[in-house]
Amino acid sequence: MSRRRIQREFMSVVAMKKENAQAAAGASAGTIAVSAPAPPVSRARALVQAMQREVLPPVMGAALFILLWALVSATTELPSPLKTWQSALQVFSDPFYQKGPNDQGIGWNILRSLARVGMGFGAAALVGIPLGFLLGYVGFLNRMFTPIISVLRPVSPLAWLPIGLYVFKQAQPAAIWVIFISSLWPMVLNTAAGVTQVPHDYLNVARVLKLSPWKLFSRILLPAVLPYVLTGVRLSIGVAWLVIVAAEMLTGGVGLGFWIWDEWNNLNVEHIIIAIFVVGFVGLALEQAILLMARRFRYER
Amino acid sequence: MERFVQIENVNMVFETRSGRYVALKDVNLNVRRGEFVSLIGHSGCGKSTLLNLVAGLLAPTHGVLLAAGREIAGPGPERAVVFQNHSLLPWLTSFGNVYLAVERVFGMSESRAQLRRRAEEALALVGLSAAAGKFPHEISGGMKQRVGIARALSMQPMVLLLDEPLGALDALTRANLQEELMRIVAASGTTTLMVTHDVDEAVLLSDRVAMMTNGPGATIGDVLDVKLSRPRRRLELANDPAYNRYRTTVLKFLYDRRQAAA
Ligand SMILES: Nc1ncnc2c1ncn2[C@@H]1O[C@H](COP(=O)(O)OP(=O)(O)OP(=O)(O)O)[C@@H](O)[C@H]1O
Ligand SMILES: [Mg+2]
Repeated sequence: MSRRRIQREFMSVVAMKKENAQAAAGASAGTIAVSAPAPPVSRARALVQAMQREVLPPVMGAALFILLWALVSATTELPSPLKTWQSALQVFSDPFYQKGPNDQGIGWNILRSLARVGMGFGAAALVGIPLGFLLGYVGFLNRMFTPIISVLRPVSPLAWLPIGLYVFKQAQPAAIWVIFISSLWPMVLNTAAGVTQVPHDYLNVARVLKLSPWKLFSRILLPAVLPYVLTGVRLSIGVAWLVIVAAEMLTGGVGLGFWIWDEWNNLNVEHIIIAIFVVGFVGLALEQAILLMARRFRYER
Repeated sequence: MERFVQIENVNMVFETRSGRYVALKDVNLNVRRGEFVSLIGHSGCGKSTLLNLVAGLLAPTHGVLLAAGREIAGPGPERAVVFQNHSLLPWLTSFGNVYLAVERVFGMSESRAQLRRRAEEALALVGLSAAAGKFPHEISGGMKQRVGIARALSMQPMVLLLDEPLGALDALTRANLQEELMRIVAASGTTTLMVTHDVDEAVLLSDRVAMMTNGPGATIGDVLDVKLSRPRRRLELANDPAYNRYRTTVLKFLYDRRQAAA
């Protein structure tokens, strides 16, 4: 949003500059500019102000962060920002190499982590969104399940890992199971909350029309609740991505979490720091993608 | 006298957090087939409540309501409602909003082309053919109200229930829509019950005006027979002594009860 604002302000400044140039040209040709625009100085100042407000703070924040990091690394064994950067260039120069099951490029690690999150999250969406609709619409079911959900929701998803290992007897499905559990609750709860907040007016329309259950769902409930569902989806993906690192540390296989653990065993701290940033940026990208999608499905009241 | 809509000894009590609130007490009203009846009263007296009872959206605490001789047990498309706040679905276009209703009522017996034609005709009736593809947030308040009216009319209801359908509109749009409404209702002969708090509107449009007392325990204080010939024209009526007598009667009724409303 802030980025958009910068863009907008920048554009308007550019547009004003153009207009100004035209006005100047007009004046020199002997015509009179009808609307007298403000002097160009204030526009340049507006651009500077926009930069100061929107660009400067994050840049300063990043600079301060790197500075602190450099200071700490100078006095401890922590790798310096420069050393980490050089190492990162190396890591990303060949992201898709494959040297055996436990030594693969960063690209594979990212993709495998994403695949696990995708599967666990997808299964959770298939279960959680319909369940959320049911709980939101049928008060009895809501009262039936709310106590159980309230008890299970605060449990760290990793606590479910042993259960997964015990049931599936394999690490892979167990990791996906953990993702499933961790992304289930936000989708169930947000969808259910969305259903209970469908305006009465819309439901009254449905009642007067005596819509069939399918029409009620497809024409009224689904479009009204979709924004809430997408909020649930966004939170779920966030949690899933948060949990995948820990789950992979425990279960092994190719993936970012395992990569971090492996590099810890190799005492390659640069790679661990790189992994931290990679996890952060991928998580940010996931969230932004969902936000973009949510904007498409928002309706104006 | 044929009684098409019957409201008999209806009481409506709301259970609120601060206790029981008796909104309506001993309400009796009959509406003939093809008749246009207005409900008028001060804000909060229970006009919407009474209309929603006829719609079947609310169930009376006591008493009984009938439509065409059958007890009103719940809402249904044969009693179409134009809601006080238009209640269009924001994710459907004007056409989509009307089509949803048309499809529900005639979908079983007619082809898709026929359904589309019905929806288009309903929009044309309120002069909104050009806005068919627009979403509710893209059209003005008056247009939204008209889409709501088109939606209700498209269902060819037995009874048309209007809850301040022209409320919150500027005087000019309001006057235009009042005339359209008179024309449409006269052409279709639909039995109509309309809530309003506009005295001119009530007298101009109605065969009878039911005047409600203030709550709690509101009821119909008096019913005014408006014996003006149709078609009625606003301009001609402005100097009509009968029209002005009716207006004064309603105004006096409301004026006498203004204290409690304040
Ligand atoms: N669901 C409800 N629960 C509790 N009280 C209610 C409920 N609906 C209406 N009331 C009360 O009943 C009374 C009548 O409400 P109603 O909406 O019918 O008034 P109205 O005549 O339509 O007013 P307005 O002209 O402002 O629309 C009000 O005092 C209101 O607070
Ligand atoms: Mg009302």
